[in-house]
Amino acid sequence: MSGLPRREFLKAGGALIIGFGLRDVLLAQTRGSVAGPPDATQIDTWLAIHADNTATVYVGFAELGQGGSTALLQIAADELDLGMDQVSSVRLDTNVTPNQGGTYSSASIARGGPQVRTAAAEARLALLNMASKRLNAAVDGLTVSKGVVSTRDGSTRVSYGDLVGDRMFNLPFTGSAPVKKPAEYKIVATPVARRDLPDKVRGTHVYMQHVRVPDMLHGRIVRPRGQRAYGVGARVLSVNEASLRGIPGARLLRRGDFLGVVAGNEWDAIRAARQLAVTWEGTSALPGSEKVHERMRSTKTPEEVVVQRGDVGAALASAAHVVSQTSHAPYQAHAPFGPNCAVADVKADSALVMCSTQDVYATRRTLAALLKLPVEKVRVQYYEGSGTYGHSAYDDVAQAAAFLSQEAGKPVRVQFMRWDEHGWDNYGPAHVGEVRVAADGSGKLTAYEYHGWQHSWSGTEASAQLAGERPVEFLAGPVQGVQGVNRLTCGGQYQIPNLRLVNHKLPVVEYLKAGWLRSPLDLSFAFTSEQAIDQLAHLLDIDPYEFRRRNIADGRWLGVLDAAANAARWTPRRAAAKRNGGKIVAGRGIGLGTHLQSWGGAVADIEVNTETGKVVATHLYGAIDAGLVVNPAIVESQICGQLVQTASRMFHEEVTFDTSGVTSLDWSTYPILRFDECPEVTPIVVQQLNERCLGAGEEVMAAAAGAIANAFFDATGVRMEEFPLTPKRVLSALKRA
Amino acid sequence: MSINVNGKPWTVAAAPDTPLLYVLSNELRLQGPRFGCGLAQCGSCSVLVDGVERRSCVTPVSAVEGKSVTTLEGLPMWYAVMKRLERVPELHPVQQAMLDEQAAQCGYCYNGMIVKAAELLSKNPRPDDAQIRRAMNGHLCRCGTYPRIISAVRRASEMMAVTR
Repeated sequence: MSGLPRREFLKAGGALIIGFGLRDVLLAQTRGSVAGPPDATQIDTWLAIHADNTATVYVGFAELGQGGSTALLQIAADELDLGMDQVSSVRLDTNVTPNQGGTYSSASIARGGPQVRTAAAEARLALLNMASKRLNAAVDGLTVSKGVVSTRDGSTRVSYGDLVGDRMFNLPFTGSAPVKKPAEYKIVATPVARRDLPDKVRGTHVYMQHVRVPDMLHGRIVRPRGQRAYGVGARVLSVNEASLRGIPGARLLRRGDFLGVVAGNEWDAIRAARQLAVTWEGTSALPGSEKVHERMRSTKTPEEVVVQRGDVGAALASAAHVVSQTSHAPYQAHAPFGPNCAVADVKADSALVMCSTQDVYATRRTLAALLKLPVEKVRVQYYEGSGTYGHSAYDDVAQAAAFLSQEAGKPVRVQFMRWDEHGWDNYGPAHVGEVRVAADGSGKLTAYEYHGWQHSWSGTEASAQLAGERPVEFLAGPVQGVQGVNRLTCGGQYQIPNLRLVNHKLPVVEYLKAGWLRSPLDLSFAFTSEQAIDQLAHLLDIDPYEFRRRNIADGRWLGVLDAAANAARWTPRRAAAKRNGGKIVAGRGIGLGTHLQSWGGAVADIEVNTETGKVVATHLYGAIDAGLVVNPAIVESQICGQLVQTASRMFHEEVTFDTSGVTSLDWSTYPILRFDECPEVTPIVVQQLNERCLGAGEEVMAAAAGAIANAFFDATGVRMEEFPLTPKRVLSALKRA
Repeated sequence: MSINVNGKPWTVAAAPDTPLLYVLSNELRLQGPRFGCGLAQCGSCSVLVDGVERRSCVTPVSAVEGKSVTTLEGLPMWYAVMKRLERVPELHPVQQAMLDEQAAQCGYCYNGMIVKAAELLSKNPRPDDAQIRRAMNGHLCRCGTYPRIISAVRRASEMMAVTR
């Protein structure tokens, strides 16, 4: 199988057990029989060394299709002195893998990398101590290559497998073993091929959507097409189970207003969901997508100051040059390409739920409460779905499957239909931004004030809410700070003596259900803020790249800015100076921004058709400095994906809704970028071998959004105040100008 | 009902109006074609029917009776027959090229991408970029891997040109 170690296919305790030996079964059973999380203070929790001189690394991070699992194995292999062909990991499972927190906020490498590295270093040290005794040689006289420990003269040797093969270390994980220095890395910082791709091109990769278990029913949810306002929900006025007559084995299952159907056959379940006669109570609590920004801006909110330094009011009042920029940004959908899916087997006293959550332990906690089971009686296993880009409906579908299984008394597989996924997402929230920025006569930034209006994330999934759970706000916990104005993307790139960032936090109810969408809100922030910076450059007749350089003190911001500009062969320009008034006008823009860490810089080349209003990106350049990049090829691939996805979000993506509910329910009503408009992309990895590893899966999107907005001005001389830049919006802006 | 998939006859229990996708996934347990939209909008469920790309989510199983269905799993064999190769390669050149380019991210859309590209190259062995984009335009990739898919199709075209 793909030339990978057999153990890669070990599906500990899961539904699909594919060709592995008795020893692996025993190991998996030992580990899987007890509710986790396994004790993080024990080395054995983190890795196991097998008799065949290979290692299993127990990683608490989900592979989200971004290559993080390969990179974490690179770190482990390097630290253990093993080859990549000697290491593998196992499925995330609350009975098996350690709790490293959720796989979000770019945490896999930034937070998980050091944990895996330290555990591997400690295991290596323990192995060296054992080898020292076995070979009767001092530890510092030993060398390791590919898991074989030798005395320096090479006269005697012993393998890791011989030393501990499939026995436990029984050692505490103290975190005290010295780790390798970057100069000693052999596998880290090299472009190792992704481990998951051979099976993905072959069709042998097991996605969540492929999982089937014996005696399973197929389920589908029944809801109004398009979610209603969060907190208002959807109330069933009447439902007629008799309408399912004629569909073999189809049953209606209900918990409050949560409705689902099950059948033995998948197509029958789909037909039943379609055919079930339900009358839903009408609602009109939403403002509609046309008027949402108006409602947001006019709602009285407490002002929450994120950052304040200097005296912004005085500095703005006395500044030589002040510009302002406002923006309206839409709700956008995660829209996973394959709708979310889960299989649940809920018994009277326990439950097994297989799903695509970003956090198996958090999902277990919520499911246990909803199913009224003790948390240790619920086991959650992660199966990769299609890319999720944040908190799509994976928890919702897991809850739906769990409810239906509990009601049916059998395992149930639920897959969302396209309209369920598009219509009941936890959307990236809408945003209203207002920024004022000032500079002195020499082009130095002096003051910056950003006001952002947005609501935070919903904490109750639709299944739970329909079943009667109270709609609450998501308590951010470790990811706090990503729901409001981002201090890095909003002015944090520049040296500005007087700065004030203010959140206007809106109530979470009576808007759409919301969650973190890749680089949460950062595209909106950069669209606003980076256009204001560009306005000042234009006002002062300074090249926008040069203007930024003058105002950056941090070498790493400068590094990504220069990297993007150099890749694009940037030449000094005054924005909008070369407008030719033709039908197709071209423009180039530059931008800086990030999420919660790392540094992103971008240049965008775009074309605007002034007759049709259609905008396309022709070439996007994106640079990321994420510290030490474990796998530069994977990060390049991530940059390419981020650039294309940003173009899609800037030009096409917009959730539409009326006062009742969401109306963008598929790829025709919620279009995304296609092949015909795909830009050329140039990824640039700014490698920093001696810096801490940081995230690289979402950190160039803000910069690219800013660059695109500025390129639009360069092409047309018009500042856009709203995205996506759809033909209708563009034509209307060009007409106004 | 009997259908021919990847060179083998299968007797299926599904009602004739059942979309082919559910038969392939649940009765034949194939993993290539997979649900994406059920609306023929995205290309996730694509298969070849007599060498022509079809959306299995909206194609009733009865419509492929007497025809030859090829899924992702059957592409190497399909290619070997088409090219009269002595041996079935491990991967279709498009699959190999996708790997060589390290194109996929989540990979969920790659069933459709690979099936569609294989169809394209069977009709037009040396497509230019514009032809690749046009042919592939009905297939969506949410991860944004289009640029590497285009490179991979180009690479596969070159690989096929040197395959006897």
